[in-house]
Amino acid sequence: MSQANGYTAAHSRLQRVLHKLPLKRINWGRQLVISMPFVWLAVFFFVPFLVVFKISLSETAIAIPPYTALIELEDALLNIKLNLGNYLFLWEDSFYLEAYLSSIRIAGVSTLLALIIGFPMAYLIARSESRTRTILLALVILPFWTSFLLRVYAWVGLLKKNGLVNDILINLGIVSEPIQMLQTDFAVYIGIVYTYLPFMILPLYTALEKMDMSLLEAAEDLGCRPFQSFFLVTIPLAMPGILAGCTLVFIPAVGEYVIPALLGGSDTLMIGRVLWDEFSLNRDWPMASAVATVMLVVLVLPIMLLRNRKEAE
Amino acid sequence: MTSAKSPVSNKNPLTAPAPDLWRDPDARPFVFFDGVTKTFDDFTAVDNISLKIYKRELFCLLGGSGSGKSTLLRMLAGFEQPTQGRILIDDVDMAGIQPWNRPVNMMFQSYALFPHLTVEKNIAFGLKRQRLADVDIKRRVADMLDMVQLGHLGKRKPHQLSGGQRQRVALARSLVKRPKLLLLDEPLGALDKKLREETQFELINIQEELGVTFVVVTHDQEEAMTLATRIGVMNQGNIVQVGEPHDIYEYPNSRFVARFIGSVNLLDGRVTEDEPDRVRIRCNDFEPPVYLNHGISCAPNQEVCVAIRPEKMLISHEPPAQTDNTCSGVIEDIAYMGSLSVFRVRLDSGKELRVTQPNISRDSGARFTWNERVHLYWDVDSAVVLTS
Amino acid sequence: MAVQRRSWFLYTSSALGFLFLYVPIISLIIYSFNKSKLVTVWGGWSFKWYGELFQNEQILSAAWLSIKIAFISASLAVVFGTMAGFALSRMGRFRGKMLLSGWISAPLIMPEVITGLSLLLLFVAMEDLFGWPAGRGTLTIILAHTTFCMAYVAVVVQARMADFDTSLEEAAMDLGAKPSSLFFLVTLPLIAPAILSGWLLSFTLSLDDLVIASFVSGPGDSTLPMVIFSKVRLGVTPEVNALATLMILIVAVGVVVAMLQMRKRPKP
Repeated sequence: MSQANGYTAAHSRLQRVLHKLPLKRINWGRQLVISMPFVWLAVFFFVPFLVVFKISLSETAIAIPPYTALIELEDALLNIKLNLGNYLFLWEDSFYLEAYLSSIRIAGVSTLLALIIGFPMAYLIARSESRTRTILLALVILPFWTSFLLRVYAWVGLLKKNGLVNDILINLGIVSEPIQMLQTDFAVYIGIVYTYLPFMILPLYTALEKMDMSLLEAAEDLGCRPFQSFFLVTIPLAMPGILAGCTLVFIPAVGEYVIPALLGGSDTLMIGRVLWDEFSLNRDWPMASAVATVMLVVLVLPIMLLRNRKEAE
Repeated sequence: MTSAKSPVSNKNPLTAPAPDLWRDPDARPFVFFDGVTKTFDDFTAVDNISLKIYKRELFCLLGGSGSGKSTLLRMLAGFEQPTQGRILIDDVDMAGIQPWNRPVNMMFQSYALFPHLTVEKNIAFGLKRQRLADVDIKRRVADMLDMVQLGHLGKRKPHQLSGGQRQRVALARSLVKRPKLLLLDEPLGALDKKLREETQFELINIQEELGVTFVVVTHDQEEAMTLATRIGVMNQGNIVQVGEPHDIYEYPNSRFVARFIGSVNLLDGRVTEDEPDRVRIRCNDFEPPVYLNHGISCAPNQEVCVAIRPEKMLISHEPPAQTDNTCSGVIEDIAYMGSLSVFRVRLDSGKELRVTQPNISRDSGARFTWNERVHLYWDVDSAVVLTS
Repeated sequence: MAVQRRSWFLYTSSALGFLFLYVPIISLIIYSFNKSKLVTVWGGWSFKWYGELFQNEQILSAAWLSIKIAFISASLAVVFGTMAGFALSRMGRFRGKMLLSGWISAPLIMPEVITGLSLLLLFVAMEDLFGWPAGRGTLTIILAHTTFCMAYVAVVVQARMADFDTSLEEAAMDLGAKPSSLFFLVTLPLIAPAILSGWLLSFTLSLDDLVIASFVSGPGDSTLPMVIFSKVRLGVTPEVNALATLMILIVAVGVVVAMLQMRKRPKP
C-alpha cells in the first residue's frame, strides 16, 4: 500500500518536472513576442526623442552633421556644454510664440469645423439601416485610403483665382470678381477639415452606433423635447467619440506641414512649417530640435497623458 | 451493495441504474479535490474545498455568480492552478499538467466554436491534435455527428447554425476525444426554456450511454435537479452541501440551501422537547408547537429554524383534527399558476407563509378567496429543523 | 419620432458633407481627361496626360521605389504590430505593459514633423556611433515607415482580439493544442482579416507619406509623394491629375472588393 503510494508520488513528481521543461520554452517565446516590438519602439521611437532633446542643447555649426558635440574629451578634461540658447531664443523671439499660438488657433478652429460637419454625418450613418450604413461608411473611408497629398492638391485646383469655386461664385452672381482664397488661412482650414474629416467621423460613428435608441425615447417619454434630449442624452453619450475625434484631428493638425505649404500663404504661420524651414532652409538642426521639443512637451504630451488617463477610467 | 447496482447491461440506458458509488465509503473517487483553495489577488474564489466525485457520475456544481463554481471547473480543465491543495483525476495529481495534456474536455458556456472552421473541422480539431489517421478521424467525426443528429450539417460554419445546433456541436466536439471526464459550463444556459427541457434528457442519455463522468456547472436549480446524480451547492467559495437532488431538496442542511433550492417557509423557534424519537419546537409566530417524529442533535432550549416547503402545507377553512403542526391566518394574496395555486397567508404575528395547492379539479382554485381566515397544517415528517 | 422630425436637417447637412468629401476628388478625375493644359479651360476629352504620365521616367521610378518601400514596411509592420497587439491583449500582465501600450499608440497621433526630425537625428547619431545605417535612403525610409505603421497594425489587431473572447483559445488548449500551435491554428485565422487590413493600411500610409520620408531620405532616393510635391509646388500639372485618377481608381476597386468580402463573412 505505502509502496504504491510512494510510486504514485514519485510518478507525479516526475511528471511535474517533465512539464516544467516545455513551460520554460514557452516562456522564451513569450519573451520574444513581447520584447521584439518593445525593442523596436525603444530604438526607433523613444530614443529619437532623447536625441532630439540632446541636440536641442547644442549649437549649430557648419559641419556634417551641422551641430556641435555636447560632450568633449579634451586633454583629459571632460567638457559638457549645455547650450540653452536655442530655448532662450525661442522665448525671446516673438515669432516662435506666434507660430505656436497660430498653430493652436488654426488646428482648433479646424477641429471645431470638422466636428460640426462630421457630427450629422456620423449620426446619419449610425442611424441608417445596415445596407446603407455599409455604403456610407465606405464613402467616408474611401478618401482616407487615397493619397493625402493628392487630395490636398485637388483643392489647389478648386480654390485658385480661376478655379472651380470662384467660377461658380461668379456665375451665381455672388461675387463680381474672383476672390483670393488660395494662400489664405481659409484655404488651410478647408484643407485640414477635408483631410482629417474621416478621423472625426469614425470615432463619432462608433460612439453613436453603440447608443441605444430607446434611451432617446425614454428621454422624450420623460418630457424632453428632441433638442433637449439631443443635448442631455446624445451628446453626453457621444462624448468619448467626440474627445477621440478631436484628439485625432487636433494633434496632427497642429504639426501640419503639407497643408499650409500648399494651400497657405507666406503669412500662414504654423509650427510644423517653421520646424521644417529651420531644418531644411536654415539648416539649423539644434533650433529645429528645440522647436520640436517644446511642441512635444507643451502640446502633444499633455493631450496624450489626458487621453491615457481617460482610457484608464 | 454496489455490485447489485453496477450497470452491467447498458441496453436500455434510461433504465440503467445510476452507479451510486458515493454511498460506498471505500469507493475510489475519480476526481478528488484535496483541500483546494484559489485566490485571485486578495479575493478568495475557492476556499479550502475537499470533494470527491466518482466514476460515471453526473455531478452538478450549483451556485450563484461568484460562488466559485466556475473557478472549480476551470481548475479541473487546467486553466487555473490551485493556490493551495491538490486535484487528483483518476489518482493522478494534476499539478503542472497543462490543459492540452489533461484527460479532460470542456464544453464552454459560449460554446467557443471556432468561427473559421466548419462543423466537421471543429469536431475533428481535437483528434487532429492527437495525430490520428485521417480515416479514423473521419469515422469518429461522422459517428459523433450522428449521435447528436447533425449528420447533414457537417459542412456548415457555426454562424449558420441555430443555438440548439451549436450546443450539440459543442457537445460533440468535447466528447469526440473520449475524455475520462467531461466538464460542462452552463451547458443549457443559452437555450430557451422548451429546448432546454428536451436537451436535458438528451444530455442524460448521452452520459449514460458513453459512461463518461460529467461535471456540470449551473446556476439553474431546476437544471441541476433534473440532470444530476449528485449536487454540490456552492456559496462564497465553499461547498455548503453535497447530496442527491432528493436529499438536497428534502433535507437541506442550512437556511442558505433551503432558500436557494425551491421556495421555503422559515420559522424561527426554540426547542422545548428533545427526545431520540421526537422533537417539539415552540415557534415565535404561533401557539401550537411544531412536532417532528425524529430526533435532532441539538442543545436543549437551542434556537433553531423550522423549514417547511409550501407544497407540504395543507390549507382548509375548518380547523384540522391535529393540535400540533398547525396555525391559522388570513389569505393575503392568491396566484393562479395553472397546475397549482399559490397562497400568501398572513399569520396573526404578521409573518407571511407561502402555501401551494395542486389544482386537482377545475374549480379547486376557487375554493378560497382573499381575506378569508384559513388554517394551515402539515405532517409530522414534513418539516426540517435547521440549526445553521 | 425624434429622428423623423430632424431628418431634413440631417439629410441636407450629411449630403453637403459628402459633397465636400467628393467634389475635389471628382474634379481631379474630370480634369485628368482635359485636353487643355490650362485647368480652367475645357479643351475636350483626351487621354493625353495618361500617355505623358507613362513616359515620365521620374514619376515611374519614384512610384516603383515607393511601392517597394511600402511593401517591405507594411510586411515588417505586420509582424511587429501583430506581436505587440497579441502581447497587449493576450499575454496577461508583464513588466512594461503600460509603457508598451503607451509607446505603441503614440506614433498614431505624433505630428509627422516631430517623428521625421527625431528619426533623422537618430539615424545621423547612429551612423556616427556604429556606422549603421550608412547614409540615408531606402533603408532609413523603411525603418521609419515600419515604426509608425506597426502602431496602426497593433491597434487594429488589438481591437480584433478584443472582439472574440479567450474561451476560443481555451477550447483549443482543452482539445489538445499546445500554445505554440495554438497561435497558428486558432488565433491567426481569427485575426487574419485584421492583419490583412493592417497590412493594407500600412501599405497606403507608407505610399502616402511625404513628411517623414523627406526628413530621412537621402539625395538620390525620391519617393512618389516627394516627386509629386515638388511638381505641385510649381503649379498644377495635368500628369499628376492622371496619376491621382489612377490611384483613386485602384483604391476604389480595392475598397469595394474588401467590402464585398466583409459582407460574405459575417461576424463571429
